[in-house]
Amino acid sequence: MRPGLWLAVGLILLFSLFPFYWAIVSSLETGTALFDADLLPSGATLRNYGEIFAAQPFGRNILNSLLVAGGTVALALTLAVGAAYALGRVAFRGRGLLLMVILAVSMFPQVAVLSGLFELIAALGLYNSLWALIFSYMIFTLPFSVWVLTVFMRDLPREIEEAAIIDGAGSFTVVTRIFLPLMAPALASTGLLAFLVAWNEFLFALTFTLSDKVRTVPVAIALISGQSQYEIPWGHMMAASVTVTLPLILLVLLFQRRIVSGLTAGAVKG
Amino acid sequence: MYLAPTLLVLAVVGGWPLARTIWFSLSDAYLGRAAEASFIGLDNYLLLAGDGEWWGAVWNTVVFAACSVTLETVLGIGIALVLNARFTGRGLVRAAVLVPWAIPLVVSAKMWAWMFNDLYGVINAGLAGLGLIDGPVAWLADPDLAMAAVVMTDVWKTTPFMAILVLAGLQMIPDDIYEAARVDGVHPVKVFFRITLPLVWPVLLVAVIFRTLDALRVFDLIYVMTSNSRDTASMSVFARQQMVNFGDLGYGSAASVLIVLIVGLVTVLWLMAGRVRLGAEGGR
Repeated sequence: MRPGLWLAVGLILLFSLFPFYWAIVSSLETGTALFDADLLPSGATLRNYGEIFAAQPFGRNILNSLLVAGGTVALALTLAVGAAYALGRVAFRGRGLLLMVILAVSMFPQVAVLSGLFELIAALGLYNSLWALIFSYMIFTLPFSVWVLTVFMRDLPREIEEAAIIDGAGSFTVVTRIFLPLMAPALASTGLLAFLVAWNEFLFALTFTLSDKVRTVPVAIALISGQSQYEIPWGHMMAASVTVTLPLILLVLLFQRRIVSGLTAGAVKG
Repeated sequence: MYLAPTLLVLAVVGGWPLARTIWFSLSDAYLGRAAEASFIGLDNYLLLAGDGEWWGAVWNTVVFAACSVTLETVLGIGIALVLNARFTGRGLVRAAVLVPWAIPLVVSAKMWAWMFNDLYGVINAGLAGLGLIDGPVAWLADPDLAMAAVVMTDVWKTTPFMAILVLAGLQMIPDDIYEAARVDGVHPVKVFFRITLPLVWPVLLVAVIFRTLDALRVFDLIYVMTSNSRDTASMSVFARQQMVNFGDLGYGSAASVLIVLIVGLVTVLWLMAGRVRLGAEGGR
């Protein structure tokens, strides 16, 4: 049993980690070294990393992604806390149905709102701006945040809140002074997941932005191209990939428990 | 009162655009001059019904969803079972399994496209080294192989999600049940099918539904790995190409509406199938 288990663990590790390891190896190679399939980098150099920041506005792209993902998280969480309070605490008719509708919106095929959203964004004068992305990302981050926060909110004991109300606290005070501190872990989980989703989004970012300066990282990486069709700069691409992925992996490793609890909250308890 | 802002935002970013998409699908709207579009009834849908390229995209999407969801469910259960066993360094392995999940889809697509590169890719080099192939295989150019490559990348990227959900389900099963089965000398395979699987079934079903819906609307992966190629284009790729590249807002919107209907239909079918199975398990 034991050797079998270790073999399985080894295979799982190889399967999970090799592709990223290979991207790191390739990102450190230039010229012909890149084209040898050696498992260790030959003639390792950081030249690719220097070039993506010098030849392309890659730093700008990273800043854009940070702004969009940060803005999305801030807006989605602010709205979701209030909604989760209403859905988790205030009993009203049609609450269950409303929750299902909200969940359905998050599973919606993005392409179904693409043309309508494009028109709306153009009409608001947001086309080719970061606001267009923050605005459109509400469609998947908001329902998901509401859902997870509602599940967490339901699990909080009612007594605390009742005690506050008896002491004369209004509902706004209850939300901001009692629920927010208690929900800090849940907010962290939800915020992290929403950040990752916004950071990774591609379809809206590709469609609603046009110029290099407002592009986010996924679009920038997808559109990296060489002098000609036959000369794809794989080294640059891998360097860019590693640059944007390394912080994410550190984030995931650090907050592993938070992320897992956020991911499973909806599925296991809901 | 607390709910109003959320509902308003969702109506603006979700409800209104969807309503516009449905209207466009019934009109001859073109990109840039949508205002002067006129109502043409179901013409777009009738045209779609006879469009081989659209049906090709539907077929590609179904094949992609069926293959990748099946593979990642099986692999996910396997990985979850291994991670549920007790061994030293389990926490580290669990963290490592999450790595593909954390990598942006576009980055995954590029990484695998590089690994699948016909001339310099590590996969061809590895297969040639093992003597399994004679010459370079053009993974992303050959229609069937391109689909296999895309499915492989998706399986790699999303198996962690499956494994984590199944693992959460496994951890809710009390140890006593396994203890009882061990005392009774029940074969491990039988334990898996008669105890483990029925008990994680509800969680598994949710995970499979999530993944199926996600796979049916696939865009990034296929767009990045094989561009607008007909051989692998998914429904979403087709719809976006019609709307953005060809400017045919009406036609692309009609395709989008059909995608919503197909996804909705599949969800209902899954829920019904799941309930029936659950009933059967409960009856035993």
